[in-house]
Amino acid sequence: MDDHARKARTLPRFSATFDPATMAEIRRAAATGIYDIRGAGAKRKLPHFDDLLFLGASISRYPLEGYRERCSTEVVLGGRFAKKPITLKTPITIAGMSFGSLSANAKEALGRGATLAGTSTTTGDGGMTQEERGHSQTLVYQYLPSRYGMNPDDLRKADAIEIVIGQGAKPGGGGMLLGQKITERVAGMRCLPPGIDQRSASRHPDWTGPDDLEIKMEELREITDWEKPIYVKVGASRPYYDTALAAKSGADVVVIDGMQGGTAATQDVFIENVGIPTLAAIRPAVQALQDLGLHRKVQLIISGGIRSGADVAKALALGADAVAIGTGALIALGDNDPMWEDEYQALGTTAGAYDDWHEGRDPAGITTQDPELSARLDPVLAGRRLANYLAVMTLEAQTIARACGKSHLHNLEPEDLVALTIEAAAMAGVPLAGTTWIPGRTGF
Amino acid sequence: MPNVDLRQTALRELNQALHHLRPDTNETHWLIANPDGRHAIACGLDAAISVEIEGNVGYYCAGMNKLANVVINGNAGVGVAENMMSGLVHVRGDASQAAGATAQGGMLVVEGNAGARCGISMKGIDIVVKGSIGHMSAFMAQAGTLTVLGDAGEALGDSLYEAKLFVRGSVKSLGADCVEKPMRDEHRELLHAKLTAAGLNGEIDIGEFKRYGSARTLYHFHVDNAGAY
Ligand SMILES: Cc1cc2nc3c(=O)[nH]c(=O)nc-3n(C[C@H](O)[C@H](O)[C@H](O)COP(=O)(O)O)c2cc1C
Repeated sequence: MDDHARKARTLPRFSATFDPATMAEIRRAAATGIYDIRGAGAKRKLPHFDDLLFLGASISRYPLEGYRERCSTEVVLGGRFAKKPITLKTPITIAGMSFGSLSANAKEALGRGATLAGTSTTTGDGGMTQEERGHSQTLVYQYLPSRYGMNPDDLRKADAIEIVIGQGAKPGGGGMLLGQKITERVAGMRCLPPGIDQRSASRHPDWTGPDDLEIKMEELREITDWEKPIYVKVGASRPYYDTALAAKSGADVVVIDGMQGGTAATQDVFIENVGIPTLAAIRPAVQALQDLGLHRKVQLIISGGIRSGADVAKALALGADAVAIGTGALIALGDNDPMWEDEYQALGTTAGAYDDWHEGRDPAGITTQDPELSARLDPVLAGRRLANYLAVMTLEAQTIARACGKSHLHNLEPEDLVALTIEAAAMAGVPLAGTTWIPGRTGF
Repeated sequence: MPNVDLRQTALRELNQALHHLRPDTNETHWLIANPDGRHAIACGLDAAISVEIEGNVGYYCAGMNKLANVVINGNAGVGVAENMMSGLVHVRGDASQAAGATAQGGMLVVEGNAGARCGISMKGIDIVVKGSIGHMSAFMAQAGTLTVLGDAGEALGDSLYEAKLFVRGSVKSLGADCVEKPMRDEHRELLHAKLTAAGLNGEIDIGEFKRYGSARTLYHFHVDNAGAY
């Protein structure tokens, strides 16, 4: 071979199908014989809020003055049937994350941050802790298939009740909490032997189907004297029908969680392959409520990959009444912070990519039950950071809403949006930017 | 003794009256007529009172009960005494599915049969069924005891944790990770205590029961267990 020919060799080329991550997973599966379990939400690229833009004001629409004219953010949840609906200062709520998956300090920090920001926080699969109730002005109590730690006294102490049918990260899947995190306290709250790998149920034990759900809701309302709003949370898969059935069953609030939504621990194959993106779930859910004449009467909360005030504004413009955040809140507390890079490296990962939350060795002290690691998280400081983050997101959403001439975040509407891609235009039901084309709606 | 006729009084009114009883109340015995299969009767009680219901009830009767003694002189629908914390619920007739589901304490006695999923996800309750129980009973049962004088249906105790199951009659089949275990003295004592609490002192021969519990092979995820599901 002459010199020229040697230099003209092709570069080593990885397959797009069998890329390095795929090959690593095949080797991991072959070595261990068990599927990969991890935390966080879908990591693949999906059509998302980034694919939408606001139009802003122009000759035919005029804006509100940035610092002078009011743009309200308050939201009332649960007025349909509850005697005591809840009022939040910002439509950004903290999603349910269990004590067990999170440390007690992390739960306390979530409560503190949410309270400072005037919003609600939510319990999770594992029951209510005193720390959490004590530090959360408005606390939503989750009612899950496992019923771990389910206690009528806590139900009565809650400000609202959220019946969890599923989560966006795993519609149709139950919870998992591996032995490393089942400490005495966690085990005690869940009535489980310490140290076992817990698999929670994926179906509610005492009802099946929407007709039963209605009766279950009646029971919960009777127990709490019809005072508390009842939410129904579902993972996004068939949002039109799920929203319609939840509303028909008597929900005050419907929560739809898209596939980007975080989880504490689930099979990777589940996270990446089951459910639909958040963006694709909003319009069908809103449509269901509109068809029933219940839009804005039954509130819609959207979650799954909400990161910024722009995401909030887009979700509300598509018809949601509020949003919920999980992962963003954990990052604000200090999750995956580069300050712990050395320790992430020691765990075989890097800051920003750490997702082995089920192993309980979180250097940031958030997704752990280890007393030494947990002690690293100062709940007061972390709560302050979360409150700051919530304040920034609220301000950002207001900035956008004023630019669109809206005096309340809820006045944002699909008409204010365009899409950057055909996929996003079809999913969000808004025109492709610069055109009047909404795929599937306006010819082609 | 308050007498409430559910054809005259709204259920919501009855439940709220029961919830707002003062701890020193002398209204400690309630009689409820014409339940007519209504759902959620006497749920969420939190007082040491007794409530007697004259007839059949719908779903979730005495759900989440604390302290109270509830007697149902009839049949009970789905989820009777679900998530009970303490107290006693006594069904004189049959109970439908998911009787005593997820309950953490107290005792549920069913004079007749109980349907499928009796004691599903139970977390500490003691259940005594004088008749037979349906399929998938004690599914994922975590703690407490389930005592059955009759037979058990398919897949008893599937994926169960530390609940103790005693069955006098036949068991159609055992669920994943549920095995028959030897009856030692401590178990005979436990069973005797539960039967006594259910008012069956001396009437039943403890020697006729078999004990079932968790083989504990599914407590940790392992490739060799994949076939068990
Ligand atoms: C650590 C962690 C624990 C969670 N635990 C629960 C839970 O117990 N119950 C539940 O309904 N959802 C749970 N979720 C899902 C969240 O409630 C929420 O749906 C999701 O995090 C929203 O998406 P986001 O993380 O992209 O903001 C959990 C999420 C995380 C990240």
